[in-house]
Amino acid sequence: MTRFPLLAACACLALAMPAFAQAPQKVVAEKSHIRFGFKQMNVPVEGRFRKFDATVTFDPKKPEATKATFEVDLASIDLGNAEGETEARRKPWLFVEAFPKATFTASTVKATGPGRFEATGPLAIKGVTQTITAPFTLVDAGGMRTVEGQFPLRRLQFKVGDGPWADTETVADEVVVRFRFVIPSTTK
Amino acid sequence: MNLPGSDRYTPTAIALHWVAGALILGNLAFGLYMVDLPLSPAKLKYYSWHKWAGVTIFLLSAARLVWRITHAAPALPATMPAWQRAAANASHHLLYALFFAAPLTGWLFSSAAGFQTVYFGVLPIPDLLAKDPALADTLKLAHRFVNYSLAALVTVHAAAAIKHHVVDGDDVLARMLPFLKPRT
Repeated sequence: MTRFPLLAACACLALAMPAFAQAPQKVVAEKSHIRFGFKQMNVPVEGRFRKFDATVTFDPKKPEATKATFEVDLASIDLGNAEGETEARRKPWLFVEAFPKATFTASTVKATGPGRFEATGPLAIKGVTQTITAPFTLVDAGGMRTVEGQFPLRRLQFKVGDGPWADTETVADEVVVRFRFVIPSTTK
Repeated sequence: MNLPGSDRYTPTAIALHWVAGALILGNLAFGLYMVDLPLSPAKLKYYSWHKWAGVTIFLLSAARLVWRITHAAPALPATMPAWQRAAANASHHLLYALFFAAPLTGWLFSSAAGFQTVYFGVLPIPDLLAKDPALADTLKLAHRFVNYSLAALVTVHAAAAIKHHVVDGDDVLARMLPFLKPRT
């Protein structure tokens, strides 16, 4: 047996894996989404970001120990029409050339009920940082952990839609961001 | 009530005709103007106004169709040759078809493009189609084709009315114009 100490160590490590519950996890991109909705001339319009990345260390039993950072590739905006997407990338809107990414860091997470939590932290878009609070639900099923929630933001606080576009009668100030992140769950 | 053979359309029919006509001509011109504008808040407003006008034209056309079915049109002049009567009949049927096809293709195009129509910014009109960019491109072409056809047929319609008045010297135009005195 002493001939295979390394193998024995590996086996022990493998058996001990579930204990590494707090290992940082990457989201499963194809099952996750970041969508947003707003009103344009009082007409609801939907969009999403195709590319984003998140690194999450989260234990529902110890939400206060959460470490989660989110990065959204703003150029990956999808509005379903090319004209709108080109406009959204330009300087008056997201100005992706200068500010390619939006970031959110969950600096505090607290439980608000069974399977319900609230994340608070800085959201940075277009060089402006604002503290936001996003409530979310958590469901563990089939080895996957699904985090889902939404929060409102005011686009003009982030100077998104500057100049003539600041007219909120045409494009509303409020944008509702809806997110779903699917993360492989390591706890059983 | 309009008696058969009466020489004018009813005041209701005349009023609906000119109101709908003005809106149709206005919305055709406005549509042509707005599509090439660079994207701006004004353009978004214009698109909404264009859609509201389109919905209004659809409703007016429905009212006109009901009125036309329940109220006989004045008789055509006895001097009109049979082929002209047939052409007038066919073009009026086609005009009505286009009155409905123009706003309907616009509504479907708008739905497929992902923009619901909210009448006067208040009344949401349900989307029959889900967002589908490829379908939107096809419907955009359909909306354009229908409206070029409508513009062409409205031109023929107006030219024929003027020809009746100036060349034929009959009362075809007078029956739709309250201030023109019938000549017979």
